[in-house]
Amino acid sequence: MPQDITLKITDRNGQTHEIQAPTDMNLNVMEVIRMYELAEEGTVGVCGGMAMCASCQCYVLNDVISLERNPDEEAMLWEAYHVKENSRLGCQIRITEDIDGLELEIAPEQ
Amino acid sequence: MIETDILIIGAGPTGLFTVFEAGLLQLKCHIIDALPQPGGQLAELYPKKPIFDIPGYPEVLAGDLVTNLMEQIKQFQPGFTLGQTAETIDKLEDGTFIVTTNEGVKHHAKAVAIAGGLGTFEPRKPILKDIEFYEKEDRGVDYFVKDPEKYRGKNIVISGGGDSALDWSVFLSNVAASVTLVHRRNEFRGALDSVEKVQELKKSGKIKLITPAEVIGFKGAERIESVDIEINGARMNVVADYFIPLFGLTPKLGAIANWGLEIEKNAIKVNNALDYQTNIDGIYAIGDVNTYPGKLKLILCGFHEATLMCQSVYNRINPGKRYVLKYTTVSGVDGFDGTRKESEKAVVKSIE
Repeated sequence: MPQDITLKITDRNGQTHEIQAPTDMNLNVMEVIRMYELAEEGTVGVCGGMAMCASCQCYVLNDVISLERNPDEEAMLWEAYHVKENSRLGCQIRITEDIDGLELEIAPEQ
Repeated sequence: MIETDILIIGAGPTGLFTVFEAGLLQLKCHIIDALPQPGGQLAELYPKKPIFDIPGYPEVLAGDLVTNLMEQIKQFQPGFTLGQTAETIDKLEDGTFIVTTNEGVKHHAKAVAIAGGLGTFEPRKPILKDIEFYEKEDRGVDYFVKDPEKYRGKNIVISGGGDSALDWSVFLSNVAASVTLVHRRNEFRGALDSVEKVQELKKSGKIKLITPAEVIGFKGAERIESVDIEINGARMNVVADYFIPLFGLTPKLGAIANWGLEIEKNAIKVNNALDYQTNIDGIYAIGDVNTYPGKLKLILCGFHEATLMCQSVYNRINPGKRYVLKYTTVSGVDGFDGTRKESEKAVVKSIE
């Protein structure tokens, strides 16, 4: 039985939520943010997860995942606003047991 | 004044397919869209990406799906108002509507179908001094290529690193006097053939590539005469009649949000038990723009919603008239252009 993992996500109002995410549904962080409605619907995951809009940009707050971006993600972040060193696109972070304990902050709207 | 039966707002797959279902019921359609071409997200965001969940198509490219839909509806002669957004709506005493666009074009319709998807695509604009001045009244900053002929013989600077920057650079290199493509990085992100074409045109001198660089300002009193570009800390100036930044588009619900419709989570609430009508009689919302319990934002759901909505509009326009469902296989398709599609007759013949 695959274990749920715990994520700490700070929303755009500065409130931090500790949430459980299943690892057996092929989810990504953007989808989990929408699932728990941590950002207003329509303001996150606009392109559906194709790394084409940066509406799910997050700042990675601890070292549970690498800051290495895949090529699509990197290209999108070149053109996005509010990009920092620790920016990643939520839609490109898969929910797996390896990312248990990940802490993120949702970047401001584009 | 443009007259029509159903005014569709949004030329995405749901809006386009509405024309077909309406046409079967002899209802005429006209479509408004903010983008200069039909297809909505499919054409603008991901034309070269495959879709795997259109019934009957194991795989279809988004751009091809749009092409097919346009082919499927052409005999119903839809009208298009492209490159404009629906701004205001007025309900007349007889229950019909007048929708006016941002450019003042008026559309008179018996019903309105909002098939607006994620909303109006607004260009993401670079933050540059005086850009608001130059983007008005043909002073040289354009966010869309609406009419390529406008750029014939002109000097063009395009900025951006994605498909649209690549594709328009390629296209305009045959039209314009010069095309300069400016991008923050040396790497571009696009379909392989687009990247390769730009590579070729760069080698043959038809496109000038400036990377890693950024447009940082403009020169010109009445309109743009040149743009300032920063490249590796150094500055250069490039003569330009037009500067076209292509940094992608962000969808906004836009003016529709002020039409008095019930809105929940950035989507329009509709009656899904019946006909996808909104809280205003005669205004419907179909496809990704609507919401109801169990809503799924899928193209195939948009097609279904469009079909049921057309029945409701038919009843609205023809009160009391009975309607019998017909199969296209049996009754064929009679276009408003006089064409007829029908199945080939089988022969009744003995085989000896």
